[in-house]
Amino acid sequence: MIETRGFRILRAFGLVFLTLIVVVPLYVILTTSIKPLQDVRGLFQWFPSEITFQPYVDIWTTVPLAHYFTNSLIVTVFATTLSVILAILAAYALSRFSFPGARSFSLIVLSTQMFPGILFLLPLYLIFTQIQRTVGVQLNGSYLGLIITYMTFSLPFSIWMLSGFFAAMPRALEEAAMIDGLGRFGALVRVVLPVARPGIIAVAVYCFITSWSEVLFASVLTNADTRTLSIGLRAYASQTDVYWNQMMAASVVVSLPVLIGFLIVQRHLISGLSAGAVK
Amino acid sequence: MTTHATAPTSATEVITTGRRGRGPTPATGRRRRRTLFPYALIAPAGVMELLIHIIPMLLGVWIAFLSLTQLSIANWVAAPFVGLQNFITSLDPAGPIGSQFYGALLRTIFYTVVVVGIAWSLGIFAAVLLNSKFRGNGVLRTLFLVPYALPGFVTTIAWAFIFNQRDGMLNRLLVDDLGLLTERPFWLLGGNSLIVVIVVTVWQFWPFAFLMLLAALQSIPDEVYEAASLDGASLWKQFTGITLPMIRHANVVLLLMLSLWVFNQFDVPYLLFGPASPEEATLISPLIYQQSFNNWNFGVGGALSVLLLVVLLIASAFYIRLVMPKGQTIDD
Repeated sequence: MIETRGFRILRAFGLVFLTLIVVVPLYVILTTSIKPLQDVRGLFQWFPSEITFQPYVDIWTTVPLAHYFTNSLIVTVFATTLSVILAILAAYALSRFSFPGARSFSLIVLSTQMFPGILFLLPLYLIFTQIQRTVGVQLNGSYLGLIITYMTFSLPFSIWMLSGFFAAMPRALEEAAMIDGLGRFGALVRVVLPVARPGIIAVAVYCFITSWSEVLFASVLTNADTRTLSIGLRAYASQTDVYWNQMMAASVVVSLPVLIGFLIVQRHLISGLSAGAVK
Repeated sequence: MTTHATAPTSATEVITTGRRGRGPTPATGRRRRRTLFPYALIAPAGVMELLIHIIPMLLGVWIAFLSLTQLSIANWVAAPFVGLQNFITSLDPAGPIGSQFYGALLRTIFYTVVVVGIAWSLGIFAAVLLNSKFRGNGVLRTLFLVPYALPGFVTTIAWAFIFNQRDGMLNRLLVDDLGLLTERPFWLLGGNSLIVVIVVTVWQFWPFAFLMLLAALQSIPDEVYEAASLDGASLWKQFTGITLPMIRHANVVLLLMLSLWVFNQFDVPYLLFGPASPEEATLISPLIYQQSFNNWNFGVGGALSVLLLVVLLIASAFYIRLVMPKGQTIDD
């Protein structure tokens, strides 16, 4: 766009406006997390009366935050790893071969991504109930049940993104490797995967973030032992008191790993996400 | 598999069949292996898709025809078949569930249009501004990504704190600091609650629109704008005459994705209000959740799910037909 004086003025005001929209809630989270409890019990204070890092110490004892953290980590890591491995194989097949059924398969994958989790939650809950009844394996409230349900969104997303990344890679790479005596699978593992690594990491981080933030399945399929962070954070609100300062401190602690991960991989993620849209 | 008779491929074939030419019919064995190979690769994902998507979808349709309550849930396989009863209950405008369903459907459509409209407008505005060169550009790009990168449950809880009636930040600002209001309005109850859901969802989703649109804008060559400004086209003319048409494809995909996410919204109302939203803010996904897991009315929950699926399919097909020229599909 050509920069006229009018555009520069519009830009200055526009950017201030947008920055305010983004920053105000972030300011509330950060300042509340360093307030003493008396500051958050009454009317909202714009500035802390004193700065204290005590909320960051107390969050671990008020609720079993470390336990929720472990639960989230277990479920997220397993769901992400499984999704990415299965998706690498499927996406490679879809981007390198044309075979009967390939189109229907990608259509199913693409369309299930559009459906809301609530459509799968109810039937999966019933299937888990039935498995427990007949085989005795408990899935409702177990890590395994949650991991399986998290794959309902992470697997299609991974297949979709990785197909795009693989399709953008030149085929000559594997063909050269195959001339050198590697089989198809060897070429995939030793040549394609290392080259596609940034894309694979970006997809994995994105799956990690979505699973880390998941609320719907976690609200039904966890119990006191397997509760994840997305549900566990509400525990800072008790019957008698809401520990807003601790809730915000815990929010910061819970957000930092995914925020850093996102900012590191955002370049690859955006190029992948927009590859299908920008033409 | 399409066979391109290019030199490298045939060279590979000569070499590999030469090496492996110990079997009786190496050529057919190899062709068989090559046709089965892609199926072997998609098999694990295919089995998983079957388990997590196809079977649950079919089961979801089936349970819509069962009388499934907290009594029959433990042994739901034996639950009585009631035909279209759940659908009649869900669609009867005079009944308690039917009226809720129509209300929630209309509200969800309204909510989707408003949220996607505002999120898209903020996104394109930010993308146009940040597509120009100035100091601090990189910092702002990163800052604008933060709402999208933060876990939604964290930011929604923070907004619940801001909108708190008695001592939240918003009422402090409106009543105590600016004196615009004398009463402290309830934000998380009654008519205002839908506003809160809209604000929070817009805040979480507009950076995604910004990201996609910025990527699209960067693919437009500068020369096009230079030529247009030489011809005397105003900024607005350039925006409507060049920018919008050239990012049309990105817009089609972006608006579809945003609309689906927003239409299916569950997390924001659940985290703001708990398992049961105020009636004025009840959206479709939370309504199905409420019927199924609060009222233990799984059959009606199933019927509502099927209806939601039908609405989604019709809307998506309509949208794709509307914006896509004939013969073009979403993935090309």
